[in-house]
Amino acid sequence: MAMLEKAAAQVGGTIDDRFGAAGWIKKTARKVFPDHWSFMLGEIALYSFIILLLTGTFLTLWFQPSQSEVVYHGAYTPLQGLKMSQAYESTLRISFDVRGGLIMRQIHHWAALIFVSAMVVHLCRIFFTGAFRKPRETNWIIGTILLTLALIEGLAGYSLPDDLLSGTGLRITEGVLLSLPLVGTYLSYFLFGGQFPGDDLIARLYTAHVLLIPGIFLALITVHVMLVWYQKHTQYPLPGRTEKNAVGYPFFPVYTAKAGGFFFITFGVTALLSSVATINPIWLFGPYKPGEVSDGTQPDWYMGFLEGSLRMMPPWEIRAWGYTVPMNVLVPALIVPGFMFTALGLYPFIERWVTGDDREHHILDRPRNVPTRTGLGVLAISFWLILLAGGANDLFAITFHLSINSITRAFQVLIIVIPPISYVVTKRICLGLQRRDREKVLHGRETGIIQRLPDGEMIEVHEPISDTEKWMLTQHLSRRPLELEPDTDDNGIPRRRLLLSKARARVSRFYFEDRVEPPTPAEVREIETSGHH
Amino acid sequence: MSEHTHTDAAGVEHVESADAAAAVQEEHAGAIVARDEHGEIETHYANPGLAPHIYRRSDIDKTAAQRREREVATLFGLSTIGTLIFLVSYFVFKPADKQGNSNQLLSTVHYSTLGLGLGMGLALFCIGAGAIHWAKTLMPDDEIVQERHPMHSSAEERAGAVEALKEGAAGAGLGRRKLIRNSLLGAMAPLGLLALVPLRDLGPLPGASLAYTAWRKGVRLVSDPSRNPIKAEEVPIGGVVHVMPEGIDKMPNPLDEEAKAAAIVIRLAPDELHERPDRRGWDYNGIVCYSKICTHVGCPVGLYEQQTHHLLCPCHQSTFDVTHNCEVVFGPAGRPLPQLKISVDSEGYLVADQDFQEPVGPSYWFRGEN
Repeated sequence: MAMLEKAAAQVGGTIDDRFGAAGWIKKTARKVFPDHWSFMLGEIALYSFIILLLTGTFLTLWFQPSQSEVVYHGAYTPLQGLKMSQAYESTLRISFDVRGGLIMRQIHHWAALIFVSAMVVHLCRIFFTGAFRKPRETNWIIGTILLTLALIEGLAGYSLPDDLLSGTGLRITEGVLLSLPLVGTYLSYFLFGGQFPGDDLIARLYTAHVLLIPGIFLALITVHVMLVWYQKHTQYPLPGRTEKNAVGYPFFPVYTAKAGGFFFITFGVTALLSSVATINPIWLFGPYKPGEVSDGTQPDWYMGFLEGSLRMMPPWEIRAWGYTVPMNVLVPALIVPGFMFTALGLYPFIERWVTGDDREHHILDRPRNVPTRTGLGVLAISFWLILLAGGANDLFAITFHLSINSITRAFQVLIIVIPPISYVVTKRICLGLQRRDREKVLHGRETGIIQRLPDGEMIEVHEPISDTEKWMLTQHLSRRPLELEPDTDDNGIPRRRLLLSKARARVSRFYFEDRVEPPTPAEVREIETSGHH
Repeated sequence: MSEHTHTDAAGVEHVESADAAAAVQEEHAGAIVARDEHGEIETHYANPGLAPHIYRRSDIDKTAAQRREREVATLFGLSTIGTLIFLVSYFVFKPADKQGNSNQLLSTVHYSTLGLGLGMGLALFCIGAGAIHWAKTLMPDDEIVQERHPMHSSAEERAGAVEALKEGAAGAGLGRRKLIRNSLLGAMAPLGLLALVPLRDLGPLPGASLAYTAWRKGVRLVSDPSRNPIKAEEVPIGGVVHVMPEGIDKMPNPLDEEAKAAAIVIRLAPDELHERPDRRGWDYNGIVCYSKICTHVGCPVGLYEQQTHHLLCPCHQSTFDVTHNCEVVFGPAGRPLPQLKISVDSEGYLVADQDFQEPVGPSYWFRGEN
């Protein structure tokens, strides 16, 4: 043991002599990380990214990003003698001739699905707990960019094998590009190197998929994680946690073991899933031919909302002065997602403008305590989920023996009706939960025991809750709407930017008009002394 | 004093600097104002502080701790077994040996994937599970409290930073030497062109290439993919043939041509055909030919419903009525499928009479009035 310690001291000394790392290590090793299961969602995304880098590197050792035509003479007889691109042929080779090739392909594809899924759930956690508030807006923006890039990276990735399914996806991509006014045809010709499908696209997508986008990912993820480290993690409003402290376990050894262990668990589960669940069996689809298509064509799940958006759009096309604007493509494939991601990125700034709140927030919100935000979040999720479901309208039709036409029409109605309903219902549920919290603090917990008083009155016995619980249910800030100041100041001079502040007051009313104030200790005491329930 | 008054205090600081609208908000922020027995403002319950630490079995019972230690070691041991399963699977299953029999090949690939994946999954999962079990049961679980400081620097530091920047800017004379500043901006502004202009050769300009296909007068319709010419009398009523122009495979970029020229031939009973007056004679004895490229976003319109004579696009379900000039009867497509005028040659094979009279496939800005 003494030997080991001496050796360790020597290594440590060598490093510190060169980098002066001792001070940093002393601080870092015991740095505290708040702990909660919901904080691991972002970790899953991070670890999936590492899995993608590792398995992706393996795949590049055999993959040929080329659309040159070859005739297949490989191991899989049903495709023998068929003309196909080198990209498709080398993907078949990875699947059938390279030992471990198929499992790596499947881990890569599953990890991609898990990567985007984890990002989406992580985003929801951040949104509903208000973790995006000052000082963490930068990380919200980075997250939005990462999610957008993930969709492009995924599309590029599953297009690389150049099979019939992915080729159909690229054909749709071409149609979407063409829909852009004025520049559409040019952009499409520049991307495909001429007419669709051309010979250049796979090689170009490959560079984007293995170098350009992963490079940007790596840089942004590094900043994302470093900011979490530097700004310290948020924490839930639990006893002992305040805006001025961080409570949790030290980085070394507890967090190192937990987070490091969780990387292995994520990788292990992805490998187990990939060993039993086949994904993207490209040998069944055949090589891409522009004149062929298979029915039940479905993209990877994260592109499904665009597919649904395209499917439920009415056939509107504007033709005027010799020019054509295909609104039936432009709106669902570019304007709708453009609006969704812009609104997502801007949300923290909108909320800050509404609240006028310039303080730092490190204690997370319980979603019920911010009913309007929670309602808006559920509104957005329901909009996105209906688009996603709309992308599977043919599968619904086949599974439930319904008419595809009526399903599509139903989705056209649902996409307009459901989101506002979700908003109202969610907000009401939140307010109801807040009211229950308030009741609990004022009158205690319902015990279910009915007591008959001497005068014959029947009451339910309420059991008082602990002070800790009272604190937990009342620690939050209940915001009130901003009040509009008079149009003129004390000297009768009209105030500047009147319209803007009126708008702000209106939005603030929308946010905070309906609210339930948490009871104050004085209120509770008053009820307790008067002895009434 | 409650735990939250410091937030209120911070809020008050903010009020002084921010606009009046925010001030109203901050006055309300503390909820209803009440006073406790000492006359202090009491708006919230006090933070009760950290919950008392609960010791685990392994903290107080030595044998329990030893049991946990053995469990962790067992998990790490299982991981080694997983690695062994992976290695054995790698050398046992050799799909490449099964060339020539696709069933055998697929089953070997299946077992290889299963063995490698399970081995790898076990090896990795058990390391993770062991590490986390170790952290949760044996490593100290006392919660540590560390102070959190506001992100912003102190006022002096801010002033110092401003001072340093001012000094630097003065040294460079950014304000005074306008000539240098302006010429530098002028030099930097067009630098983007160095990156943008060379991208010009990414592809040719579209020109009119999207408006024309490989169909010409007299070009035979051949079935796709077998490439056999089609005798008109061999197409039964209700019959469907997917077609390409003859000789397409010998063109410079066959796939590009296929992506525009793909078409579908359908024979309707004479009473089912409702031709547009200006397209009378575009069919041959009830045999009509339409572009197979969807006018929505370009998927091949591959599904034909024989009873209704509807063509359905499997991508986004645009539905075209073959009996009525392939007009859109349902779905997102904005225009009917373009029709190809056909007839027969001297040998009775179906031929095109001309190219499509409008661009096929998805709509685009320069498509024209068609």
